[in-house]
Amino acid sequence: MRYPVGTSLPTLVKGPITKMDLVKYSGASGDFNPIHTIEEFAEQAGLGGIIAHGMLSMAYVGQVVTDFAGIDADLVDFGVRFRAMVRPGDKVICKGTVSKVEEKEDGEYVYLQVIAETENNQVVIKGNATLRY
Amino acid sequence: MINQELIGKWSTPVENWIEKGAVRKFAEAIGDQNPIYVDETYAKNSRYGRIIAPPTFVRTLEYGVIEGLVIPTEGLIHGEQQFHFERPLYVGESLWCSYCLGDTYSRSGSLGKMTFLIFEEKGVTSQGETVFTSRSTVIMTQRSDT
Repeated sequence: MRYPVGTSLPTLVKGPITKMDLVKYSGASGDFNPIHTIEEFAEQAGLGGIIAHGMLSMAYVGQVVTDFAGIDADLVDFGVRFRAMVRPGDKVICKGTVSKVEEKEDGEYVYLQVIAETENNQVVIKGNATLRY
Repeated sequence: MINQELIGKWSTPVENWIEKGAVRKFAEAIGDQNPIYVDETYAKNSRYGRIIAPPTFVRTLEYGVIEGLVIPTEGLIHGEQQFHFERPLYVGESLWCSYCLGDTYSRSGSLGKMTFLIFEEKGVTSQGETVFTSRSTVIMTQRSDT
């Protein structure tokens, strides 16, 4: 078995997220929803200020997975639930664990549980990913 | 309210070129310095033989329009996101992307009445090879309903 169940993936700490990070992500992703970039708009939308794109946090978690996969494994599945909002100034701490390993005809499948949380232990993303070696 | 008859109706596929510059900018924006997203030489020597896109890049593609489907732009919550890959997206290729409303249902929750929209998306090559499928759950709150 390549990785025993329970193996921890290297933790990745992103941020603190800046407003400029969100402007950059808006441009790179094409998601120009002003709740991510314009303070007044986010206030009026009842969000109490700018919030980060959920997909930015998902990309951070994705990096934990793809870094772990390296160049040997294919990413087959990757899914998350968005649990809480991330705001400028927050650090996003991304972690993962091997939850299952399965030998199949077309390779060894490694199942991962992933999580992202802010510094005050607020879970912002919970998800899972499947790698095939 | 969303017209239930629209469930299962696919948009007309839209051609998306996976551009090197767009992938580089995306990798920069997410702070991922993996050379497989930017470095031609490194990528050539990898088993993919070319630059690939980060997995969540899929979400930046255009998926066309479903006739008759009107979704409010405010008060939406991105609840869940799932991707399934047959292989990574290659820089330089084009994918025909489309989406459909897979399901919709309403629940009462902490934010009042919430309507869940489950979208299915896919990206297919000109040769008919499906490269990825994805599912996005978007929640409409009462704020977006009014």
